[in-house]
Parts: sequence; C-alpha cells; structure tokens
Amino acid sequence: MVAIAESVPKPDSHFRFILDRRDVLGSLFVAPAILYVLLLVGVPFLMAVYYSLSAYTIYDPSWSFVGLSNFVDILENPVFMQTLKNTFIFTFGSQALGLILGKFGALVLLRPFPGRKIVRALVILPWAVPIALATVAWQWMFDSLYSVINWTFIALGFVTREEAPNWLGSPNLALLSVTIVNAWRFFPFAIVIFLAGITAIPQDVLDAATVDGAGFWRRNYQIILPMLLPIMTIGLVFGVVFTFTDLSIVFLMTMGGPVGATSVLGFAGFQTGITSGDVSHGAAISLFMLPVLLIVVVTMLRFIRRREI
Amino acid sequence: MARVTVGKALQETSFYGAVAFFFVLAAFPFYWMVITSFKTNGDLYNVTNIPFWFTDPPTLEHFRYLFGKTLFTTWLLNSLIIGLCVTAITLVTALPAAYSLARMTGRNGEALGIGIFLTYLVPPTLLFLPLSRVITLLGLQNSMWSLVVVYPTFTIPFCTWLLMGFFKTLPVEIEEAAIVDGCSLFGAFIKMALPLSLPGILTTVIFTFTLTLQEFVYALTFVSASDQKPITLGVATDLIRGDVFYWGEIMAGALIASIPVAIAYNLFLDRFIAGITGGAVK
Repeated sequence: MVAIAESVPKPDSHFRFILDRRDVLGSLFVAPAILYVLLLVGVPFLMAVYYSLSAYTIYDPSWSFVGLSNFVDILENPVFMQTLKNTFIFTFGSQALGLILGKFGALVLLRPFPGRKIVRALVILPWAVPIALATVAWQWMFDSLYSVINWTFIALGFVTREEAPNWLGSPNLALLSVTIVNAWRFFPFAIVIFLAGITAIPQDVLDAATVDGAGFWRRNYQIILPMLLPIMTIGLVFGVVFTFTDLSIVFLMTMGGPVGATSVLGFAGFQTGITSGDVSHGAAISLFMLPVLLIVVVTMLRFIRRREI
Repeated sequence: MARVTVGKALQETSFYGAVAFFFVLAAFPFYWMVITSFKTNGDLYNVTNIPFWFTDPPTLEHFRYLFGKTLFTTWLLNSLIIGLCVTAITLVTALPAAYSLARMTGRNGEALGIGIFLTYLVPPTLLFLPLSRVITLLGLQNSMWSLVVVYPTFTIPFCTWLLMGFFKTLPVEIEEAAIVDGCSLFGAFIKMALPLSLPGILTTVIFTFTLTLQEFVYALTFVSASDQKPITLGVATDLIRGDVFYWGEIMAGALIASIPVAIAYNLFLDRFIAGITGGAVK
C-alpha cells in the first residue's frame, strides 16, 4: 500500500485545487463535447430553420426574411406531395418488411444447428457493410439488361426476355426496389435486436408458462412479444429515423426517378438545396422531417423515463 | 410412430429451408460482388452465360485496373486519414464527457447524456445545407478535411453514450481507493478509470472508424473533387465514365472496402447492441 501511495506524484498544489473539485472538473470534462455538438449541430439546426424562412439561394445570399412563403410554395407543388407519399411508403414499408424478416430470422437463429455461427456472421453483413456499396451491388442486380434476378426468372420460365421487369425503370417497381433494398439493409439489425431481447427473457418465466399449459404461439405472442416491446421500440426508432431521412439508396439507385417516382424527402432536399442551389426551399423541404423526428424523440424519451421508474 | 417421424422430418426440412432462405438473402449480394469482380468483361456482359459461375476463367484484370488506373488507393488513404483524425477528436472529447456524465454530475448528468445522445438522431439531410455554409466559411469546401470537422457531430454523441454505459459498470470504489491513496480526482480518472476501460475504448475506436466509413451523405455534399473523396463515395460515384458503369471495378472496390467493416461488426456486435440500447436489456 505504501509503495502505491508513494508512486503517485503530487500535482502542483495550485492545480490540485481545481483537479479535486468534483463540480468544476465535471463541467470541464463535458464542456468540449457539448461545445462541439452545440456549434456544429445546434447552431446549424437554427440556421436551417432560418434558411427555410428566407429567400436565400446561392445566387442571392441576401437572407431576406420571407416568412412561410417557402412552405406555401412547396405544399402547392404536386411533385412534393408525391415525394412525401414516397417517403412514408419507403419508410414504413421497409420497416414492416424488415421487422417481419427480423422476427423470423431471430427465431431461426435461436435454435442451435451446425454452422450457426457462420450463418449469423453472414446475416449481419447487409447492415454492417457501408450502405452505399451494398446499394451499387443491388443496382447491378437490378440492371435493365444484365439483371441476375431477371436471368433467374427467365431461366425458370416465369417470364420471357422481352417482358422481363425493368426494376429501376418503371415507377412502381422502382419504389418497390428501393424499399426492398432498405428492408434488406435493416433486417439484420432487427434480428440482432430481437435476439438480444429474447435471450434476456428469463427461462423460468417461459418454463412457468409451459407448465401452465401455454403452447408455442401463446408463449410467443402473450409472453415473448410483450417482453420484447421495449427493445423493439428502440430498434424501430433507429430504423424510422435513419430511413425517413435517408437519401443514399435513392440517390445511387434511381436518382429519384423515373419522373420523381422514388423521390424522398432527403433526396428532394438535396436536389433543391445543393444541386439547384435553392437553399431556402431545400431547407424548407428538409424541415418536413421534423414532425416525424419529434414524435420519435418523444417516444424515446418516454421510454427511457419509464425504464428509470 | 411413423407419423411422428414424418412430421419431425417435415419440421426439420422447413427449418433448414428457412436457414437457407436467410443465408441466401443476406449473402447473395456479396457473393454477386465477388463473382462480378473476378469475371472477364466478355463473360460479364453475355446474357447467354450462366451468371452464377465463371464461363471464362477468373481474372484479376478488374483489381489491376482499380489499383493501377483509378484513384482507388488515394480514396483508401483518404478514408484512413479521415478515420484516424475523427477517432482522435472523438476520444479526446467523448472520454472525459462520458466519465463526467457517468460519475460526477449526478441526476443532471443522466439528462445531459440523453440530450447529447438525441443529437445523434438529428439527420445529416437536415443539417447539410447550413453545414456546407460553415464549411465554406472555414475554407474547407471540396476537401476531405471538411469531413474531419463534420463527422464528430455524430461520432461524439454516439461514443459518449457508448462510453457512459461502460464507465457505469466500473466499480466506483477503485477510484475512491486511488483518491484515498493520494491521487487527485483527475489522477484517478487518468490512472484508474482509463486503463480499466480499455475494452470500452477499443470498441469506441472500432465503431468511430466504421461510422466514418459508412457515412455517405456528408461526403457526397461536401466533397466533389475526385482525389479528396473517401473510399465509399469514390467507389460508388467515381467509377462511372459518362453512362458506362465499370461493374467489375465497382464490385472489386466495394468488396475491398466492405471486408474490414464486416469483420469489425461481427467481432464487436454484442457491445454495440448493449451500447445503443442503453442497457435496456438487463
């Protein structure tokens, strides 16, 4: 003990005063992180709100205040309504599909079988690999001429080469394609979330239910699913936030096309604000994400609070 | 008795059918990357060949082209530099913040921690317009250093949250013992808390790095010069000449960039889940 005490060098007494004050040191420790986030998230966020109320474009940087007229312009534009609808289909379609795949995937991976570790490692891939790179692979699989999916359909005799679907070229199929790719990217995350939740359920609860006569489905829907609800909420919150605001899949696969059929909020904001330089309208489009984000954040906060009680 | 075995066999078949389904669903696009990147162009663009295997013998021409005639190695290096710098910034800010929020600031710390974490949910597509103005003011437009400035906006919240959970699992008595032995509070953090949380720090480093590799939106917005692009952006947008996609090269590049991230995720998955669910599972 003595040796340890001696090996600790005594700091200069002047600093020692600061370094020992719990409150002072505590604030000093959080300050850099808070400052960084305030300066590069908080301030830009307020700027985005102001942009949306101004006439700012890269050709007219006067920042003159125009009130809500940008929002009126956007809402009067039928193309934007299409974008809003696409965003909801893209988000909730892919989340629903991802959750279903995730639930069944988790059930499959729960049971031991030879090679389970390898299958689990491979199943994580769609979520782990950078989405931009996986998206180009899918784009190549959906290629209008060399699509491997169509090749298989043709080889199996489902369709002829002439009537093979043009996945990214026809409006409805294109929206379906980007939704599928996003569900594919999200389902491993859902599996992992479900697995973490299921393994955390105490075995004696399930045993007790079995003794009391609960069958497979009953255990599944009246015990396991309710106990999974909190962790599912967290998973869904992440899924919705990152899908609702995403632009990479749409940007790389369809560029919002054909004719706006796959345009989503993030992409429309990018097109208007960055590509066309109409910053104020771009910011206004992006701000339409805010209501959904707020709902999500409130859900999350309520969930965290309930956990603490 | 016979009916039981038939039923059992049917159950087994459908189970392994389900395993096969998920296996193919998850892995096929990556198998497709591998196959495409080793095929000759003649083989690749011939619809009468069976696409799932090689008709011509495999070739390295796409990899040779990628490393010899494109900026691929530059992108690789850019991503490495960006990843290292962002990791350094994140560790320096998030480590003390997480420690403070976990130990020193009491109930307010918890609320502040949640507040910081919520900023992780503020999407790039909401911030890219004002941030591109900030980048211009800093004189970093079209440079990869803009990404070094911007990426910590999501890695700091994420890693503070991750590390906060980690520090909470360390017994506070260890630091108290150090203080009794004559350490200052700061000394206890440096000499006791940090070394003991090395596994947590390692997880943070890995995830900061993978988060920077996965990012696409900010890179797309702020960097358009080819030689400044990080690898994800370069491979996805720069291997297209006019209307011609160099599929062999694109898939080869995507494959190389994906492998390290895939390995890292598999190794650190459990900690990652514990981190983002904030200990919701106990």
